[in-house]
Amino acid sequence: MPFTDHHLELDRCKTHYRRAGKGTPLVFLHGASGAPVVLPFMEKLATRYDVIVPDHPGYGLSDEPEWLENIHDVAYFYLDFLAALRLDKACIIGSSMGGWIAMEMAVRNTSRIGSLVLVSPAGHFAEGVQPADIFLLPQEEMVRKLFHDQRFAEQRLAMPETPEGIDLGLKNRHTTARLAWEPRLHDPFLPKWLHRIDVPTSIVWGAQDHILPAATAHELKRLIPQAELNIFESCGHLPQVEQMEKFCDVVFRFVR
Amino acid sequence: MQIVLFHLMPYADLDLAEGRKNGTVWVNLPNRNFDPEKGHKLYNRYLDELEYGEALGFDVVGVNEHHQTAYGLMPSPIVTASALARRTKRVRIAILGSALPLRSHPLTVAEEHAMIDVISGGRLITGFVRGIGAEYHTFNVNPTFSHDRFHEAHDLILKAWTQPGPFAFNGHHYKVPYVNLWPRPYQKPHPPIWIPSQGSRETIDWAAHPDHRYTYLQTFSPVKVVQRYLKQYRDTASGYGYAAKDSQLGWAVPVYVGDTDESARREAKQHFENFRNVYVKMPLEMLLPPGYTSRESLKNVMKAKAQMFGDVTIEQAIELGLFVCGSADTVTKAFTGYWNDMRFGNLLVMCQFGTLPADLTRANMERFARGVMPKLKPL
Repeated sequence: MPFTDHHLELDRCKTHYRRAGKGTPLVFLHGASGAPVVLPFMEKLATRYDVIVPDHPGYGLSDEPEWLENIHDVAYFYLDFLAALRLDKACIIGSSMGGWIAMEMAVRNTSRIGSLVLVSPAGHFAEGVQPADIFLLPQEEMVRKLFHDQRFAEQRLAMPETPEGIDLGLKNRHTTARLAWEPRLHDPFLPKWLHRIDVPTSIVWGAQDHILPAATAHELKRLIPQAELNIFESCGHLPQVEQMEKFCDVVFRFVR
Repeated sequence: MQIVLFHLMPYADLDLAEGRKNGTVWVNLPNRNFDPEKGHKLYNRYLDELEYGEALGFDVVGVNEHHQTAYGLMPSPIVTASALARRTKRVRIAILGSALPLRSHPLTVAEEHAMIDVISGGRLITGFVRGIGAEYHTFNVNPTFSHDRFHEAHDLILKAWTQPGPFAFNGHHYKVPYVNLWPRPYQKPHPPIWIPSQGSRETIDWAAHPDHRYTYLQTFSPVKVVQRYLKQYRDTASGYGYAAKDSQLGWAVPVYVGDTDESARREAKQHFENFRNVYVKMPLEMLLPPGYTSRESLKNVMKAKAQMFGDVTIEQAIELGLFVCGSADTVTKAFTGYWNDMRFGNLLVMCQFGTLPADLTRANMERFARGVMPKLKPL
C-alpha cells in the first residue's frame, strides 16, 4: 500500500504529510533530520495502521511559519493537526525531537491520543548525562554516531547529495536550532507535568545511543512510571531504522 | 582619512602545536593552555601599545570583544576601553564592538558605554556586533534569534541614550518597565556608531538605512571582498536616496611595515601565518551555526570551503590584500591605491597580529605612524 502525499493548510502553515494504510491512526513525528523519504518501518506499520507522517512546521516540504519559536508552538500545532484530521485514539510515535513533541502534546491534551511510543525522545535531561553536540559535530561524524551498526551509517553516507537535499537539510537544521538550541534539546519545565500523561506509553531506546545516551531512558521511566521500557541491545539512536522488525513488533503488540 | 590603531590582544604565548592539534583555538581549546602570569604581561604590554598609539598620533585606538579563545583576550572590551579612557587624553577610543545578542540585558551595554563616554569626555566610538558564530556555541545563545535580538537590543540602547527617562520599553525579547539611564552619554545625541562585519547583505542594508547611516567596517577580508561590500554599502545608500559619505566606510586589516619589502616579509611571515592559520581557524559548524547567516550565504561558504578553511601563506595573503606588508613606500602606495578605488574614510590597522612580539610590534607601529600615516591622513 503506497504512501500518498497530502497538503493541509493549518494555523497559517501549509503542512505536508504522507499517509498510507487503514486501521488505528498512527502519527509518526520525525526527529531533527526530518522524514524526507518513506522508510521500511513506515511501510510495515502501514500494513496494520492508518500511518500519517507529517513534516513538522519548518521542516521538509512544510512551510516555515513566522509564529514558530519554540517546541510548545509545535505541540499546540499538532493538537490542532489531530483535530483537523479528526483523528481519534491516535497512537503518536515520536523519534528523538518528535518524541519530545509527543510528550509536550500529551501533557497538554490527550483527548485524541490513544497511546504514545517514545523512541529515544529528546525533551528531558538526566543529570550527569551529556548528549552529543549535534550542532558542532561534523556531518559525517554525526551520521556515524546515529548508528551502532556502522553499515547503516555507510549506507546513508553513500547516498548522493542533491541540491534539493542540501536545501532541505539546511532548512531542517535551522528549525532544529530554533526549537532546541537553548535549552539544548529539552524543556526544563516538562518533567513537572509528565504525570499528566494518562495514556499507555511505551519507551524504546537503543542501548548504544551516542546522541542521547540510554541513561536518559531510565530517568524518563522514573518520571512516567506506568510506561513500559524497551531497551534494544546493539542499537543506536534510531531503533526504527536499525532494528526495524523488533521495533515494529513492539508497536504491533502495544497498539491494537 | 581617520586612522585607527586596532588590537585583538591575542594570547601570543600560545603553544601553537596545541592549537593546531585541537583544530581551533576557539570554544574548546582547554584553558590549561592559558597561563595567568604570561597573561598579566601580555595585557599590560598590549595596553601599553595602544597608549603608545596616542603618542604616535593615531586618531583612534580600538578594542573588541571575543569569548573563550586564544584569538583575543578581551571577553569584555569595556575593561580595556575603561583602562584606556583614564590613561589617554586626546585619542578617541573605539569599542568594535559589543556583542549585543550575547548579553542577557542590553541596558548593561548602554550603561557601560555611556560611562566610558562620560569618563573620557566624549571620546568613545561605539561599535555593535552580533558576536561571531563560535560565540553562540560558547554562550549557548540561540543563533536563529541573533538578528532579531541584535536589532531589538540596538533599538533599546538608542532609545535609552536619546529619550528622556523613565519610559517603558516593550520589545519581543526585552521588556523593561523603567528605562532611565544614569549616566546619559556625554556626546550629543550619542557616541558615533560603527558596525564591524565580515559582510552580509542584511547588515549592510541595516547599517546604511537613512535612520542609521552607521559607519560600516569590513574586517579581515581579501581586498576584492572589501571592495564588493563597500560598494554594496554605497549602492544601498543610493537606493535609499542619499550618497554615503567616505566617513561611513572603513576597512580593518593587519599591517606590517619594515625597512624594506624583503625585511618586512621576513619579519612578519611566521607571525602572520600563525595568526591566519592557527588563531583564525575553526571548523564550518563552529563558524556558522544555523540561523547566524542566511542559508544562501551558508551555501556559498560551503562551496568556498576549501579556500576559506585551508592554510594561507604570507605571499598569498599579500596578493589577496588580506594583509598589507612592505616598506613604508610600498604600504603607502598600496593604501593610496586601495583608497582611490574605494574611498574609505576610516582605516583600521592591526599592527600586532598572532605571535608578533613586542619589539617588532613597536617598530611596526613607529614605521607606520612616521612613514605611512602622514600621507594617508590628508586623503
